[in-house]
Amino acid sequence: MSGATDYYVPHEAKWPIVGSIGLFVFFMGFGNWLNGRALGKELFIVGTVILIVMMFGWFGTVIKESEAGTYNSQVDTSFRMCMMWFIFSEVMFFAAFFGALFYARSFSGPWLGGEGGGGADVTNAVLWAGHDYVWPSDGPGKIAGDYRPMPWFGLPLINTLLLLTSGVTCTIAHHAIKEGKRQKMVIWLAATVTLGFIFVACQAYEYYEAYAHLNLKMSSGIYGSTFFMLTGFHGFHVTMGAIMLLVVMLRGMKGHFTADNHFAFEAAAWYWHFVDVVWLGLFIFVYLI
Amino acid sequence: MSYSDKAHDHPGHDEHDDHHHGPAKGLMRWVKTTNHKDIGTLYLWFSLIMFFIGGGMALIIRAELGSPGLQFVDPMFFNAMTTMHAIVMIFGVVMPAFVGLANWMIPMMIGAPDMALPRLNNWSFWIMPFAFTIMLSTLFMDSGGPAGGWTLYPPLVLQMGDSFAFVIFAIHFMGISSVMGSINIVATIFNMRPPGMTMMKMPMFVWTWLITAYLLIATIPVFAGAVTMLLTDRYFGTSFFSAAGGGDPVMFQHIFWFFGHPEVYILILPAFGIVSSIIPTFARKPLFGYDSMVYATASIAFLSFIVWAHHMFTTGMPLAGELFFMFSTMMISVPTGVKVFNWVATMWRGSMTFETPMLFAVGFVIMFTIGGLSGLMLAITPADIQYHDTYFVVAHFHYVLVPGAIYSLMAATYYWIPKWTGNMYDEKLGKLHFWISTIFVNVLFFPMHFVGLAGMPRRIPDYNNIFADWNFIATIGAFGFGFSQLLFVYIIIKCVKGGKEATTEVWEGARGLEWTVPSPAPYHTFEVAPEINSTTVTR
Amino acid sequence: MTSGVYRWMLLVVCALALPSVAWADWGALNMPVGVTEISGKVYELHMRIFIWCCVIGAAVFAVMFYSMFKHRKSKGAVAADFHESTTVEVLWTIVPLVILIVMAIPAAKVLIEMEDFSDSEMSIKVTGYQWRWQYEYLDQDISFFSQLDSASNVARQANSTVDPASIEHYLKDVDNALVVPVGKKIRFLHTAADVIHSWWVPDLAVKKDSIPGFINENWALIEKPGVYRGKCAELCGRDHGFMPIVVKAVSQEDFDTWVGEQKMKTASADMDAIRQWSQAELMATGERVYAANCMSCHQKEGQGIPGMFPAIAGSDIVNGDMDMHVHTVLNGVPDSPMQGFGSSLSDVDLAAVITYQRSAFGNQAGDILQPSHMRSLRQGLRQSALAVPQNNLKGVN
Ligand code: HEA
Ligand code: HEA
Ligand code: HEC
Ligand code: CUA
Ligand SMILES: [Cu+2]
Repeated sequence: MSGATDYYVPHEAKWPIVGSIGLFVFFMGFGNWLNGRALGKELFIVGTVILIVMMFGWFGTVIKESEAGTYNSQVDTSFRMCMMWFIFSEVMFFAAFFGALFYARSFSGPWLGGEGGGGADVTNAVLWAGHDYVWPSDGPGKIAGDYRPMPWFGLPLINTLLLLTSGVTCTIAHHAIKEGKRQKMVIWLAATVTLGFIFVACQAYEYYEAYAHLNLKMSSGIYGSTFFMLTGFHGFHVTMGAIMLLVVMLRGMKGHFTADNHFAFEAAAWYWHFVDVVWLGLFIFVYLI
Repeated sequence: MSYSDKAHDHPGHDEHDDHHHGPAKGLMRWVKTTNHKDIGTLYLWFSLIMFFIGGGMALIIRAELGSPGLQFVDPMFFNAMTTMHAIVMIFGVVMPAFVGLANWMIPMMIGAPDMALPRLNNWSFWIMPFAFTIMLSTLFMDSGGPAGGWTLYPPLVLQMGDSFAFVIFAIHFMGISSVMGSINIVATIFNMRPPGMTMMKMPMFVWTWLITAYLLIATIPVFAGAVTMLLTDRYFGTSFFSAAGGGDPVMFQHIFWFFGHPEVYILILPAFGIVSSIIPTFARKPLFGYDSMVYATASIAFLSFIVWAHHMFTTGMPLAGELFFMFSTMMISVPTGVKVFNWVATMWRGSMTFETPMLFAVGFVIMFTIGGLSGLMLAITPADIQYHDTYFVVAHFHYVLVPGAIYSLMAATYYWIPKWTGNMYDEKLGKLHFWISTIFVNVLFFPMHFVGLAGMPRRIPDYNNIFADWNFIATIGAFGFGFSQLLFVYIIIKCVKGGKEATTEVWEGARGLEWTVPSPAPYHTFEVAPEINSTTVTR
Repeated sequence: MTSGVYRWMLLVVCALALPSVAWADWGALNMPVGVTEISGKVYELHMRIFIWCCVIGAAVFAVMFYSMFKHRKSKGAVAADFHESTTVEVLWTIVPLVILIVMAIPAAKVLIEMEDFSDSEMSIKVTGYQWRWQYEYLDQDISFFSQLDSASNVARQANSTVDPASIEHYLKDVDNALVVPVGKKIRFLHTAADVIHSWWVPDLAVKKDSIPGFINENWALIEKPGVYRGKCAELCGRDHGFMPIVVKAVSQEDFDTWVGEQKMKTASADMDAIRQWSQAELMATGERVYAANCMSCHQKEGQGIPGMFPAIAGSDIVNGDMDMHVHTVLNGVPDSPMQGFGSSLSDVDLAAVITYQRSAFGNQAGDILQPSHMRSLRQGLRQSALAVPQNNLKGVN
């Protein structure tokens, strides 16, 4: 609870309904597209554009209000809480995929390989005779053909270093703005954003390698499924985080933010650290072991 | 201390508006509103409409099951009705209705001017109609609506036609709404309380919603992840749920129920909060054991995360797993029992009257307990292996959901509608509504226990003659109960249009801040934060 | 409320209660005791918990109703002022906990017994298909399919003129029952070919999910000869409600005789497969096979259900090259409800249904497929049937 006296309650908002319509068009388009129906891609793109416009408009309004000093510290706290719990919800989203990875590796995999009690031995003997379980696995159907898993050294290791470094540069930028040094903040943020985009580029190259040379695809059994699902969603989040930081940087260049009012920066930074931590989990559980 | 809108100090502001005014006019008022009461109203109307859609589907199910043989619908359509009925009732009725009540009541109960993030609040609501447009539109697609049960188990659900992608996206869409709505509620409860309003001074309804919001934030994303994996299995060649590729169909069930079990408490915890508000009012005696009620709610929420596999006792889990999930599930009865006992103790030596809200609340306590006790029977693994996927389960969950969650919503409506509209509802009709609903709801769901035990599986459109009598009775009950709800709508409309004027306090024994503002509650309340000290009655 | 309303309500209650008393088949109210030791124990457990629950419910409701009658404002009750007591809170936490422990002990015991799969004397593999069961006696080398009997199948169709009530075991009878000996611990191995099913026979207190790609174990030791009926208990698509199970428990001698008969049948089926068939014979058999296996999706007139199941009438595949037609029926279409029937239908049945489809519903192909030819085709195609299941990438492209 803050001791502040006035809490800003906006009246009439047009952006939310635009956002709903945008999402509606987006999902309808995506659904049509997946099913190979008419107007799939088109609606998908229109929906995306509406969503982008919505975000510009909505965040623009908020930024204007914030710069005009409309928000007191209690509003600031509301924003903080929302960002915090939003990130927590994202953590749970990733938890579902990590859960799938753990389950496949420690339950269904061994079961198909005949280890464990219950019907595991017969499962293996009767249905999948001759199948030995080892991770990485494309399952007893050997549905991936001749594929190779992604090694952890090389690109993934470089990517780990990139992200860890970007965490440091981001923190330096944060200290800079806390000391009121906006110029320094912008510089270090530029470094962070650059590192982020290099990461995404490396990831894209890694995917290219996987498809072109390792015969490792989304359809390469459970290994390919978990690999691409986890790294894919992570890569998407890195991209979003980098864009957020980029916006913060541009705002910094326009003269936004002060030593004690820079929530947008902090939100983006939290997000960035979250993406970082998820990567560490990925690096350990998807690549290393 | 004054809460004011600073916008007029800043001419550059593009959504400028004077603060001390009423709502805008016309349709756009509702589309663009950021007012927590408007949004609450929207949610409540939305869920009432969805209740009739979901209920209409239930009536199709019951009509088909009225007698043996195929009467009206193809089995495929029957399955689509079962699936859609559940999805509509859970995601389109009970959840939005609770969010609507949260919107209306939480700011008033804690003395806040509005929700923490009013614009986000608007978005949370306005997603729902669009999401359900997508969901319901699948019924009109060539391949028909989703017909794999609301639990969406693969591989069956992967056999669905084109509508599959739309069902998954509709779920993502609704998920976004739920998570944003919950985050808003958390922020409101933590950040919008005026000085003096400590956590332990909050009404139970606020507490139960706080805990529910956490359940939502923690589990809806997991559900979103699960259905995303279904989507990629279907369209992008992944093999999460296919053994040939090293996955496992049962893995989906684990992930689904990790969401699904907390979900059923999402459907009941706010109901506990409502009942905990109503019983003290009409017993004219404070809630007994407030502190232990808070702890019990938290314990239920915690336990709900570690019991999920009680829905999966027949999937071939290892013995140790079955024992663990049996014991943990049984444990939930303890905190739930604490709640029931505290309600009874609140009534004990009170000075009770039985206006309609109280009738529904008492009906809730009794029939929820019946449903809870059959839940306890389901927790006993060896017996559940027999009960599983029979009408005994259907009876269990309808007892906790219909005379449970739905009754709590009706109780809440009667309890707070004078505050919302400024008019008293028609007490005579209200009581009539309660009594016929209660008779029919039991005629509807009680026989399901019998046919279930006698061996009638769920999700079937046709059955042997030995189940005919009880099914026929259940069908009578369904139509009786369904049509009684038209009375409910009539009472609501009548009350909105007029009626005896309500006082500020409305109920003689009412306690809490919402009863200190006039009826109907003005468009903006608590623009000046209320003074709250250790003697203020806030719950 | 006026007393008139009360009287009206009372009338409704009586009106509803009376027929339920008069019509109800009181035998069909509770879980069966069953015919295995385990099923008896499960029944006992069920009754014990049920009674506990009734007692708890009765106690809670008694206090509630007492309070509701005594402590009403209209009776002049004045609200007391108490609103907390740590003692009672602790008490009503501990007492239910104790009750639960008392319940959990016997439950755990029965569960442990149920999960003891050791020392089984014979094994039967049960595979769920949409919508029938395959039974493979692993020790006797017998294998057959079991599905809804034809009497129920006719009566259950939409607009059928047969009254379901006129059929004795409506939806509870199959063409080929599972025959097992009494007094032997039988191990069941459950799996499925397409989607999840669940093999449930209440009298044996067994219910276990059949998961495609996995095998679940279960067991039963039947003590009493008789016919025990069950059903598929996991939603498995359109005809989930029409997937009964019949277990015929017989003495060991009768079982041995039955095994002998089955072996004979297999031999004569082999004979059938080598002889030449006339088109009329094939059409007649084909019609029957179609009705039993294909009709639920492709519909009576071969018209299919648009958007879900393609029409056979006028289908390019059916009217085109025979090989493609055979391939489709034998191996199915990956990632679609169209399963391969190669493992579940005999050579005669396959040849007949294919021949039938090519001439029925106005189809013009008109050629015939001999069972013997089918047999050699099948041997050739077996390789491709076992090949890697291709995930077809419908979608983004
Ligand atoms: C509001 C929703 C709700 C609630 C509150 C509950 C509450 C409970 N449920 Fe239920 N349940 C569902 C909704 C709900 N359920 C749904 C929708 C399904 C089916 C899903 C599907 O398959 O489609 C289901 C299915 C379901 C199953 C799976 C059945 C199966 O498919 O085989 C089980 C098994 O354990 C179960 C158990 C319980 C238990 C132990 C409780 C407990 O929380 C109940 C606790 C309450 C009491 C016990 C009564 C009050 C207590 C006292 C008076 C104290 C004294 C008591 C003792 C000492 C015992 N439920
Ligand atoms: C909150 C949740 C909720 C609610 C409120 C209900 C309410 C009802 N449910 Fe449902 N139900 C579920 C959740 C719920 N259900 C779930 C989760 C399942 C499992 C699904 C699955 O297996 O996947 C299920 C399954 C289910 C089945 C089993 C289907 C099967 O296994 O095949 C049946 C069968 O009788 C049923 C019946 C009913 C009935 C009669 C009502 C009644 O209470 C409804 C009341 C009726 C109305 C409110 C109708 C309104 C009035 C009219 C329509 C009058 C006409 C006038 C106009 C339209 C203007 N439900
Ligand atoms: C569970 C439902 C189901 C059953 C039972 C079923 N089919 Fe099919 N069948 C399908 C579906 C769905 C397709 C379309 C598959 C696709 O192309 O994606 C299909 C396609 C076919 C085709 C190709 C038709 C075309 O023009 O594409 C033939 C031939 C066929 N089935 C024959 C049979 C025969 C013979 C039987 C019975 C022995 C049978 N089917 C049973 C669902 C079923
Ligand atoms: Cu097979 Cu249901
Ligand atoms: Cu549960």
